[in-house]
Amino acid sequence: MPNRFNINPFATNSPTTPPIDVMNEKKDQTRRPSFTKPNKLASLFGGSPKGRSDWQAAIVAQQQALLNSPSPQQINSSSLSLPTINLTTATGEKMPSEPKTLFQPPTPEEARRLARAHAQFGPLGSQSHRYSSRHTGVEFAEPVEDEPPYYVLLTTYISYLILIVFGHVRDFFGKRLRAAHYQHLAERDGYAPLNSDFDNFYTRRLKMRINDCFSRPTTGVPGRYITLLDRKSDDGNNTFTLQGTTTETLNMSSYNYLGFAQSEGPCADAAEASIKKYGIAMCSPRSEAGTSDLTLEVEDLIANFVRKPAAMVFSMGFVTNATAFPTLVGKGCLMISDELNHSSIRFGARLSGAVVTMFKHNDMKDLERVLREQISQGQPRTHRPWKKILVAVEGLYSMEGTMCNLPALVQLKQKYKYHLFVDEAHSIGALGPQGRGVCDYFGIDPAEIDVLMGTLTKSFGANGGYLAADKHIIDKLRTQNAAMLFAESPAPPVLMQIASSLRVITGDISPGQGEERLQRLAFNSRYLRLGLKRLGFIVYGHDDSPIIPVLLYNPAKMPAFSHEMLRRKISVVVVGYPATPLVSSRARFCVSAAHTKEDLDRMLAACDEIGDVLQLKFSSGVAGGAEPEEWVKDEKSEKPIMPPRWRLEEVLKRGTEDVKNPLM
Amino acid sequence: MDLHELPSTVMRLMNDANAQFHKMPGSAIILRYIKSSYQNDPFRSAIELLLFLFAIRYLLAPKYSTQKTKHVALTEEEIDELVEDWTPEPLVAAPTKLDELENEKRPVIVGPTGPKVKLSNGRTVTNLASYNFYNFLANETLKDKAIATLRTYGVGPCGPPGFYGTQDVHIKTEGDVAAHLGTPACIIYAQSFSTISSVIPSFCKRGDIIVADSSVNFAIRKGIQISRSTVRWYNHNDMEDLERVLQRVTKEQAKKPLTRRFIITEGLFENSGDVVNLPKIIELKLRYKFRLILDETWSYGVLGRTGRGVTESQNVDAREVDMLIGSLCGPLCAAGGFCAGTEEVVEHQRISSASYTYSAALPALLATTASETISMLQEQPEILAGLRENIKSMRAQLDPRSDWVRCTSAVDNPMMILVLKPEVVASKNLNIEDQNQLLQDVVDECVTNSVLITRLKSMPLAIGTNPRDQGWQPQPALKVCVTTGLTKKETEKAGIVIRHAITKVITRRK
Repeated sequence: MPNRFNINPFATNSPTTPPIDVMNEKKDQTRRPSFTKPNKLASLFGGSPKGRSDWQAAIVAQQQALLNSPSPQQINSSSLSLPTINLTTATGEKMPSEPKTLFQPPTPEEARRLARAHAQFGPLGSQSHRYSSRHTGVEFAEPVEDEPPYYVLLTTYISYLILIVFGHVRDFFGKRLRAAHYQHLAERDGYAPLNSDFDNFYTRRLKMRINDCFSRPTTGVPGRYITLLDRKSDDGNNTFTLQGTTTETLNMSSYNYLGFAQSEGPCADAAEASIKKYGIAMCSPRSEAGTSDLTLEVEDLIANFVRKPAAMVFSMGFVTNATAFPTLVGKGCLMISDELNHSSIRFGARLSGAVVTMFKHNDMKDLERVLREQISQGQPRTHRPWKKILVAVEGLYSMEGTMCNLPALVQLKQKYKYHLFVDEAHSIGALGPQGRGVCDYFGIDPAEIDVLMGTLTKSFGANGGYLAADKHIIDKLRTQNAAMLFAESPAPPVLMQIASSLRVITGDISPGQGEERLQRLAFNSRYLRLGLKRLGFIVYGHDDSPIIPVLLYNPAKMPAFSHEMLRRKISVVVVGYPATPLVSSRARFCVSAAHTKEDLDRMLAACDEIGDVLQLKFSSGVAGGAEPEEWVKDEKSEKPIMPPRWRLEEVLKRGTEDVKNPLM
Repeated sequence: MDLHELPSTVMRLMNDANAQFHKMPGSAIILRYIKSSYQNDPFRSAIELLLFLFAIRYLLAPKYSTQKTKHVALTEEEIDELVEDWTPEPLVAAPTKLDELENEKRPVIVGPTGPKVKLSNGRTVTNLASYNFYNFLANETLKDKAIATLRTYGVGPCGPPGFYGTQDVHIKTEGDVAAHLGTPACIIYAQSFSTISSVIPSFCKRGDIIVADSSVNFAIRKGIQISRSTVRWYNHNDMEDLERVLQRVTKEQAKKPLTRRFIITEGLFENSGDVVNLPKIIELKLRYKFRLILDETWSYGVLGRTGRGVTESQNVDAREVDMLIGSLCGPLCAAGGFCAGTEEVVEHQRISSASYTYSAALPALLATTASETISMLQEQPEILAGLRENIKSMRAQLDPRSDWVRCTSAVDNPMMILVLKPEVVASKNLNIEDQNQLLQDVVDECVTNSVLITRLKSMPLAIGTNPRDQGWQPQPALKVCVTTGLTKKETEKAGIVIRHAITKVITRRK
């Protein structure tokens, strides 16, 4: 929020940093220690008690202001005096050649429109808030997974034990005293219960307690901010009643990586035009009369974007996977799947009739072991060689924030001759200097991968999925794929949203805007992740991933975290068992290009406070976030790693610069 | 330590151990047990000790499988060699002639879809291939409302329903569908095709029993496959056979613990167009205590006075159907599917139905469009009456008049399925492939005469299955979709074109 920008005494530093220096520093890694020294001195001064209390007062004022109005309702003229704000690209003006209008004192109506646009896509605060992520170096290192102290694990298990015991006690008495409430679990009138008592226990007794953290109804655009409909439950989250009021919250939950969830700007304009021209729907499957010139155009655009010869689009991402595997593998084929692959891949694999084995998440050694075992042993019982082996991985895992180790997968592929299927549901648009997914990030030729699948829901603000592969593969799939034959084809406005957002990314529409979005996402992802690590949180995943899972462990901390965040008008996703292992309940933040640095600072401030209240700062320092002077020492000496517990102001102050170095 | 101190140290240790042992809770019980079991028989105690040690060893032993694994031990070199030798098949098989033909012949519409469309070959044709039965596509009010929604919500909801993807418009559409049908609750899916494939496995688990009509559509078959339930098929729409199957199942299961039992069938069948006998099925389901999963994908918005589907046209209370699945994407010109039922049925799906939980929600503008078209059907039943007039006109041109084909669809079904008459098939000795080829020729002939129709698609065969085991396949057929976007005259004219094309193509073939 621009008005907060002025309150923050440290923030003024960042825009004045010349971008040239940033570039130099990035290239010249050896100079890093010398750079850190003046910063450290500055931090010493910055950390003086007086300065600190001032600073804290500012933060408190900030938070208070946010509570009063979370979205930029009033844009004061001071916000427009920022030197590098480029609202033209940020809001997606229809006429980018007229940036002057933005600097005129806005009329109330104009101010409202601008505020609305900014609530969907925040303006860029400074050119230094951009970064371009790509894989450098030789080996792709696995992210270090930090572990909490043993008492945390112990209390987590005890918490579940208590919850389960209480659940059973309540069931015991409930079934006897309030039989009507348990009717659906018992045999009724000769019908077996629809839910088995045992299967239903977890949902009924554990999830139900925190149900208010899930499925929160929303309205409006899920952009930078998301408007929640307030609801209340009088019966222990069994049912909810809407209160009729709404709360606007900072959106750290939607998969809106590139910020294309907008009701204004070039994409929405194009979508509107497409409704006028093409109508709302196609009313027919692709193979009958559901293919239009627009569909083919979008397929070509996608194929070009992911650098594959051909592509096909579907109206749902889940179905893309569910129908893709039965057309690729079947009886006598082996599918090797990462253990954390998405439900849709499992669904498709089960439908295909192929034998499915799994390997440990992202563990290339385990994959190689499975491959050697399977190729040498052949099919079970008959020992005949497999017809083909398909390895299915995801580009970016939605619960872990980890990326697949594509270089190693491609290397193994050459030796073991398997076919490789990469699900880029989360990585397309979100990774790589040009947003073209994991191949782009690792600088690997997409021809090395047989089938690239992705969804259009996330980065492009549309709906549906795609498959991209060689032309002969796509041609075959077009005739065999069930979704192509029987499912509805994507609607014209959805197709147009895909087409226009792809064109924005590649720079065909509003040049510069796509690049800004990509670089802001890369910056934001790293900035928030670095900040959280420095504050002392245990964060999973790779540094460049826009999915940031913060570990909570104890089940009771899930609702507590969610509620505390909601109190600060931030919406986050919390996930626990069975979506994650029992002990590692987590909160997941999805960073977007629509967020400004101020939004992330607000997020860090909120995390800092909540982290103290809920005791979430467990990191031991092995996963990064160390003090700058330790960066050098660690490599040489065996100095024990210090758990990072930075003060918030330090984190905010140094974040912008340090984001551009490896996140140590 | 000196040797002479040893005895005393040992004694002291023994004493200490003894004292500690006595302090241990339960030590008295162990002592008493040893004393009573000794019975002046050291041999007996020795055996007990052995048994005890064996038990410990057994408990600590690593797990092993009781199944015989035929694992062949190989050296690393041998494995390397095998890896080198192995040549996998290509990812997809080479295209067949039919595949190439299909890719070539697939119509591509340039510009808007409607009763008249322009194809990529430059020809403007009468469109009898889209499910645009009421021509809602041309409705400007709907477009304006969709644009208004677009300007409020953007396009995609950017998340699954569980994680901030549930928007107020979805809640409203769910309410509208439920109110229209008269069921207590309803849940909206993002795609119609995936709805039933996901609803079935969310209720039917391993060990449950499904009794299904033998000609149900592809999506239902996939749902049944993934549910891993026990399936029994009954002959298509044969209520006596259904009763026999139900009786047999009830008898077989009489001594086993009670499991969930389901009947799965369609309202209007996708592959043959005929209608289910719902009152009879309801009667049977109640008698034999089965639940009914009814796929109304092709009948919702089509049958009944206000388009409520089979339940309305056959005067059955929609609440008698346990899970009623329908589509918002065909005649309603929006997208997505729904499952209506009791609160319990609906809430269960919100957490356990894969394609709802793990997929992004329906775009808001499509949800509002569905709400609008539903209210149009409710408020203007004359739209449906108009469609039925057109269906009558089209049928008059085809079914009794054509010597070659007959229409298997129900009278009110705007999607007319035309199959070759059995005598034609017999006299010309046509196998399935010939029929498909012949009908494709008819479709091509129609397009040359500016009428766009399609062919019923056969179900894709799973890879690696023998064509003999492919199971049920629909009889090759033509698909003609009537629309109110055309006048009665235009419909008749198109019907004549189709009839002549059929005659021309079939008489040409020897």
